[in-house]
Amino acid sequence: MAQTYIGAPIRREEDRRFLTGQGQFVDDVKLPNMLHAAILRSPHPHARILSIDATAALEMDGVAGVITFQDIKDTVVPRPIPIRMRTYVGIERFLQYPLAEDKVRYVGEPVALVVAETRYLAEDALDGVEVSYDPLPPVVNVWQSMQEDSLLFEEHGTNLAYEFASSIGDVDQAFREADYTHKEEFRCHRHTANPLETRGLVASYASGRQELTVWGETKVPHFNRGVLASLLQMPEHRIHFIEPDVGGGFGVRGEFYPENFLVPFAAIKLGRPVKWIEDRLEHLISANHSREHVCELEVAAKKDGTILGMRTKIYGALGGYVRTHGASVPVSTAAMLTGPYLIPNYEWDVKCLLTNKVGMGTFSAPGRYESCFFRERMLDMMAEDLKIDPTQLRLKNLIPPTAMPYELGRTRPEDYSLTYDSGDYPAVLKKALEVIDYENLKLTGGQYKDGRFHGVGVASFVKSTGTGTPYEGARVVVTGPDQVAVYLGISTLGQGHETVMAQICADGLGVPMEYVAVYHGDTDLMPFGGGTFASRGTTLAGNAVYGAAQRLREKILRISAGYLDVDPNDVEFAQGHVYRKTPSSGEPELDLNQVLELAGPASKYNQGEMGLESTHYFHSSQECYPCGAHAVHLAVDPETGQIEILKYAIAEDVGHVINPLLLTGQVVGAAAQGVGATILEELVYDDEGQPLAGSFMDYLLPTSLDIPAFDVAILDLAPSPINPLGVKGAGEIGIVATGAALSNAVSNALGVQVTELPLSPNKIKELLGRKTQA
Amino acid sequence: MTSSYRAVTLPIKLTVNGKEYQSSVEVRKTLADFLRDELGLTGTHLGCEHGVCGACTILFNGDAVRSCLMLAVQADGANLTTVEGLAQEEELHPLQQAFQENHALQCGFCTPGMLMTAYAFLQDTPSPTEEQVKEGISGNICRCTGYAPIIQAILQTSKEPPVRKAGE
Repeated sequence: MAQTYIGAPIRREEDRRFLTGQGQFVDDVKLPNMLHAAILRSPHPHARILSIDATAALEMDGVAGVITFQDIKDTVVPRPIPIRMRTYVGIERFLQYPLAEDKVRYVGEPVALVVAETRYLAEDALDGVEVSYDPLPPVVNVWQSMQEDSLLFEEHGTNLAYEFASSIGDVDQAFREADYTHKEEFRCHRHTANPLETRGLVASYASGRQELTVWGETKVPHFNRGVLASLLQMPEHRIHFIEPDVGGGFGVRGEFYPENFLVPFAAIKLGRPVKWIEDRLEHLISANHSREHVCELEVAAKKDGTILGMRTKIYGALGGYVRTHGASVPVSTAAMLTGPYLIPNYEWDVKCLLTNKVGMGTFSAPGRYESCFFRERMLDMMAEDLKIDPTQLRLKNLIPPTAMPYELGRTRPEDYSLTYDSGDYPAVLKKALEVIDYENLKLTGGQYKDGRFHGVGVASFVKSTGTGTPYEGARVVVTGPDQVAVYLGISTLGQGHETVMAQICADGLGVPMEYVAVYHGDTDLMPFGGGTFASRGTTLAGNAVYGAAQRLREKILRISAGYLDVDPNDVEFAQGHVYRKTPSSGEPELDLNQVLELAGPASKYNQGEMGLESTHYFHSSQECYPCGAHAVHLAVDPETGQIEILKYAIAEDVGHVINPLLLTGQVVGAAAQGVGATILEELVYDDEGQPLAGSFMDYLLPTSLDIPAFDVAILDLAPSPINPLGVKGAGEIGIVATGAALSNAVSNALGVQVTELPLSPNKIKELLGRKTQA
Repeated sequence: MTSSYRAVTLPIKLTVNGKEYQSSVEVRKTLADFLRDELGLTGTHLGCEHGVCGACTILFNGDAVRSCLMLAVQADGANLTTVEGLAQEEELHPLQQAFQENHALQCGFCTPGMLMTAYAFLQDTPSPTEEQVKEGISGNICRCTGYAPIIQAILQTSKEPPVRKAGE
């Protein structure tokens, strides 16, 4: 009677409401008497604020209030928006307050909040707030930042927010012994995730009960509730966060931003509900940016291609303030730069530098997309120099499965060693090569055919997943004969938790999946929740659901056995019914409703525990490491500078698979984002620090004409040994190797070494110019 | 010096999903905001508010249009269909069915606009090639799926018996 929901390609429970227009996103929340907010943002990248005068705005029709730093000062000072994870000493000097005080440090920084009867009137009234600025010299890149001619925070005397330099092994020795060394400077471009739904919040304060309710918090609602409670000096239990449906996250949505304080603050101050919906321009100049790093990388190897060591200097452009991710993106870039390869000697120096641009946060696979690009480009350069096939070079250096678990070492500032839990990296690369037919295809690399240059590129990766906060919880409750509720501490941003967690619960408990309803996105459901990031949903919350369901199943067996007066080992629970094992009649002894009654407060069989419910927290302080390889064949049009992807093969191993339909959807979706990010997207700033990408006409997201068909092979060679379901995080992995594989293929096509992203048509034309010169 | 905005309204009469509405609407209000705020039809989504992402696509006298780029007053006398008008009570439209079967949505935010674009596309091109489908939806951005399942869903629908007209 074994159930097999886990592993089955089950269609999503949640689709129907989205297909019929019945989803409820934050902008669909409408409260009586609700006001609307608009935000006045700095037009200067770096300037002193001389004065703010809101008199004219306050006289305008429908304006209910204007909030500036002076209004929030007594509430928030000295508590700027804190770092959410990986707080390192010194970096807290550069945090952001919800509104600018006497200085602005990026175009888009909130200076005032205007609240009015409609969004139209609130936006009108932004013109009525007069701000006088004294512009200062902008810092627009990491080199300018290090020169320190212009300081973002004069009081701290430096633009270097944080530095982490260390090593594993003996790098000097490796370089002394090397037959071959190569040094290169790479640059990864500033871009961001751009979920299709912009950010938004609705806040309502019941002054009589002193209860604050906020809609639109997502990703890390429990953490954000703590921050808001601290900033407002309110007890956490009086704050209720409700997550509506969410139009994508990908790292950027759901962090604690200035607006997450301002909107609730305005609702309390004005005594009416307040809604704020970000527009796309605001999103592009205020939500976290990511990825901008310069990397100096040096490799040491034997002439047969065996890598002996690597040295790197990483310069991360943090933006105008340290945001909730602190230094974690540049630190992650260095931490896993050696990737899936056996590189025992490694030295790094990470500098996190302030620049007059939007603060850095995460976009899927933060730091991993970047470091994979740096490393995999370097491997291809090495392969060319040493006249070794790039795939052979990789196979020679990939960590063999016999070395698992593989202790990489302490490559993060925290006092723990990164350990790859399991994986057959060579087999996964071989699979990608087989899917794309590399042996035949490699001959087309570098050829000019049909007016285009053809290129083939390959990249391997490994990614840490499933941590951040070392636990996640779930509560499973039987509420009727065919009703089971699952309550999650994590939120969902479109992934499909309602289906995946129902599958896990149904198998763990032993009920038909139709019984199970999954609830999430309300901080009152569970007292704790780490959040939805770092591909931790299934690894941590999935295992929590499984654990809670199994414990509840054991309880059902104990209570049933007590009533039937048999040993608990002689009964089983499946498909929602209790059966006797021996002698088995095939007929159920009890249904779920009968067990529920036996567990009731009035029953003598309840064994002292009322009702049928179980709460379980799954703990894991260890990360699990999915791996994969991408192989791509593309053609570059020298006339237009455009890339056409002809074949794109992906092989990935995430351990055991809960739902292959949803997994493939996430892998392909992430890969599509990576293709767009690599060939189209960039948050361009001019030399004066002005952002030039303020709409989807300047910031090009990939369309159906840009994205290739991906050939995806999902392998299950190496289940994670560190959790009961044997799963590894899957949400972000599809994006990791996209920049690397595409840039290797373009380099192969043009015979010119790509060292910078993106590979947009204008950049391709520059590369073609270098090719002609060569 | 800023002067206060003086609201000007005009009466409009229109049909949405087979139902007639009369309203007095501010002349600067977009059609998307009118549908969402005044008619409560929040299935029509706003992803960019400048006509690029396609999430706000609706049918305007049978044609796919971006409701964020139109004013509500321009819809006076028009016959509109929004995503809420696709399904017939409990029965999903074949396109909606095909989207679910092919896992053609994840966060679901682009889905209403994608469905309306696909619906209008199939009216014009009942038996499309894959390339035609890609071209047909190239004005609608999806950040989750990578488009392949959406393309499959539309192709699958085109191979089924004639597509029922929305609202019929």
